[in-house]
Amino acid sequence: MTEVYDIIIIGAGAVGCAIAREFSRYRLNVAVLEKERDVAYGTSGRNSAVVHAGFNNKTGSLMARLCVEGNEGFEDTARMLGVPYRKTGKILVAFDRDDMEELGRIIEQGEANGCQGLRLIDGNELHEIAPDIGGIGGMLSPNTAIFDPFEYCIALAENAHANGVSFRFGSEVCSISKEDDLFVVTAGSDEYRSRYVINSAGLYSDRVSAMVGIDDYTLYPCRGEYYILDKIAEAYLSIPAYPVPKPGIGGLGVHLTPTIDGNIIIGPSAEYIGERDDYSSTSDIMDKLWNEACNLLPRIERRHIIGSYCGIRPKQAPPGEGGFRDFVIKEEKSVPGFINLIGIESPGLTAAVPIAGMVVDIVREHENLEEKPDYIKYREPRIRFRELNIEERQRLIEENPEYGEIVCRCQMVTKAEIREAIENVFGTVSISSVKYRAWATTGRCNGGYCLAKITDMLINEYGIVPDKITYRGCGSEMYFGNVK
Amino acid sequence: MTNMIGCDVLVIGAGSGGLAAAKAAREHGAGSVVVLERNAYAGGILRQCIHDGFGLIRYGKILTGPEYAYKAYHEALRSGAEVLLGRHVANITPDRAVTLYSKGGIETYKAGAIVLATGCRERTRGAISIPGSRPAGIYTAGVAQRLINCQNILIGKRVVILGSGDIGMIMARRLKLEGISVVAVIEAMARPSGLARNVSQCLYDYGIPLYVNTTITEIIGKKRVEAVRIASVDERMKPIQGTESVLECDTLVLSVGLIPENEVALTCGVRVNDDNSVVTDDFLQTSVRGVFSCGNSRHIMDLADYVSEQGETAGGNAAKYILGQPLDAWDESRTSCMKKGFPDDNTVTCTICPSGCQIGWNRANDTFTGNRCPRGKLFARQEMTDPVRTVTTTVRIHNSNIETLVPVRSIKPVPKDEVINVVRSLNGICLDEMEDGDRIEVPLKCGGIAEMIADKEIKEC
Repeated sequence: MTEVYDIIIIGAGAVGCAIAREFSRYRLNVAVLEKERDVAYGTSGRNSAVVHAGFNNKTGSLMARLCVEGNEGFEDTARMLGVPYRKTGKILVAFDRDDMEELGRIIEQGEANGCQGLRLIDGNELHEIAPDIGGIGGMLSPNTAIFDPFEYCIALAENAHANGVSFRFGSEVCSISKEDDLFVVTAGSDEYRSRYVINSAGLYSDRVSAMVGIDDYTLYPCRGEYYILDKIAEAYLSIPAYPVPKPGIGGLGVHLTPTIDGNIIIGPSAEYIGERDDYSSTSDIMDKLWNEACNLLPRIERRHIIGSYCGIRPKQAPPGEGGFRDFVIKEEKSVPGFINLIGIESPGLTAAVPIAGMVVDIVREHENLEEKPDYIKYREPRIRFRELNIEERQRLIEENPEYGEIVCRCQMVTKAEIREAIENVFGTVSISSVKYRAWATTGRCNGGYCLAKITDMLINEYGIVPDKITYRGCGSEMYFGNVK
Repeated sequence: MTNMIGCDVLVIGAGSGGLAAAKAAREHGAGSVVVLERNAYAGGILRQCIHDGFGLIRYGKILTGPEYAYKAYHEALRSGAEVLLGRHVANITPDRAVTLYSKGGIETYKAGAIVLATGCRERTRGAISIPGSRPAGIYTAGVAQRLINCQNILIGKRVVILGSGDIGMIMARRLKLEGISVVAVIEAMARPSGLARNVSQCLYDYGIPLYVNTTITEIIGKKRVEAVRIASVDERMKPIQGTESVLECDTLVLSVGLIPENEVALTCGVRVNDDNSVVTDDFLQTSVRGVFSCGNSRHIMDLADYVSEQGETAGGNAAKYILGQPLDAWDESRTSCMKKGFPDDNTVTCTICPSGCQIGWNRANDTFTGNRCPRGKLFARQEMTDPVRTVTTTVRIHNSNIETLVPVRSIKPVPKDEVINVVRSLNGICLDEMEDGDRIEVPLKCGGIAEMIADKEIKEC
């Protein structure tokens, strides 16, 4: 017997999770199908972790409108869901007169989009705001912010889950058909029926769309590579610093961003690639990133590098065209009940909640959505031992001695936090799921200290055999069993 | 909220340096000496170094890592030092207040003098920016060693090792002994970076290929490592185009250097060099008065024995500092006699002492070259006629549903060709219990038996 839903959402990135949460306010039966073993494994977990203000996008576009809306509501959402967020502002750094002129144009565009507080700053003010940054002047965007994108997606999903949405991980949709008035969505050996299907499959949304016969979208994967710097360099930068964007590059240029946890990230590059899951770093781009980053922030040194990662943008603009094409968010007329979200690249993370609002509004046109009286609006924030003061820490240890056991020494993550991450509501257990929740293994030793301890917990306290421990789901097995 | 606990000398880290420092501090007159260790066991990295080769300088005999750790731990305890486990130091102030976290809560010690013995960490894939994908199956050598030797976890079946440091080579041998295929050891420099004796006894003994002037230019595999691309490098360490080839493997083990671990030290303002080593004066005192540093956290060292010796000087000086006595200078020259890189052709690398003499033997007239002492002659003759090795490995213990590995070694060396056989025979057994000094007999192919003994540290596990 197949399950019948009102809404099926394909993809558990930020947008899919935000849509799930928006729908969870209403008396609806909602499911999210995700091919990976956790949320945020795609583009949502591989980016600069910036809440954009909305000045980069063409006036009148969905990108501009939803980004500005997203920025305005972000702080509230973050507070309700217990997601680390900090309104740092952002600077665009000019190196010559041409850059300064371009900034004038960007401010005009930003104001037309509804961004507040954008202004040019001279060299003196630039260096007051960011003493170690090079450049002759720039632009300040006071409403840009930084946040934790993993926790954001997890929080959206957990809140949706608390309100009754069911999440099916490891469910890769392979076909969608229509029988009577219901969609039949097949994922592996499971079949789901639903009145609506929301395609928020990110990098694969063109393919999912093609499953219902709409094949006029093509996505071009465009990879961005990043470096992560040691917290030792934290003091060098407290505000995201971007170069003035050059028209047509299809990204925002290589920038430096402090993360909510005190590391600086460098990137991303923008390079069209063949495969949608090729998250490889390349030596040429890595060198280029480094040189451009040193231009912006000359104080950084190679020894500060502790890691690298890549994200892939689902671009609608083909390589020859470059730049941005606007988000597609619409119900397909030829397939009523099928809502496409195509080309949700930057600023999709910022705009996830307003995008979700748009999707709900589309459904509202056909349905009388009835609010649940018992809707849970808030999510308890995760305990982050490292961010507490010494009295709070002492109290926690007295309540639960496992808060006194530091398992990840680089990020000061306690055993209690690791346990909470392992025991997440979705029952998704991998090294990455622990990493994204507790932030263990993300520091300068790359897990040299804590990986063996986390492994030991999984085996001896949770009874997971070594060959079932994965890095991030099936196929990424960490171990091959016992030695003897 | 927390009371200050006073002590004379506080040592941070219960590895070989910290344990020796604690003992020396007591012996030089410090009243209360406390060692804080973040792990649940003492001995630091030695506990996972089940191979032998430790203790020649300090104890005049060859010990395994766990045996050496056992001795150092008990010497520290016997001296009257207190060794507190599961204590994670988070912060030190310039006036030597040390804040720590443990299951018991947050505590602050106020010390007359401090010895930093925090060891080192391994350089990672992230730090050296190897291009390519980020699949499962990439481990630093130390993590691989911990997982295999202490947690009985099989990290892979076909392994490539990047870097020919000592840990990398020792792991190459360990993997091979445990039945894991070692495809190659890759080294960017023109010669191995570890000790010649390890090149000889870890790589040559087991026919493990070593590619020098070579580097990994790409990690391949989306979910799990599938292969690595390697290439020759020029004199500036840049890959040479056209020399690439692909090595299939499921695991990459990195042995690409150690970084002194001084993030705790930095909280009290200790000056460090660009390589994260601590700046000290000749007396091992850091830029913060009353704070001393020793071992790998001060500067990466080749032998645990040297770490202990330096710990002794640092601990002794910490005691003298509080007693107002003149400090002892550390003799830097003592640690630089080890032969590194390739063993010389037609010689054997003597392992009787750490000097690592490259000894040649002319059979025809029974003359020797390169030996600095008479013992080298005996060693060379034996090595060239009937080479023998001490077997070190682990045995599975299954006791009330908990499985552990206990390190064991052969009481006497066995013929070199028998080592794998002995290890594999022991891998097939599982005991209920193994007490200190218990023996297991393993028949040898050549006749006779190898008698294996449990390391003297089982109960401390």
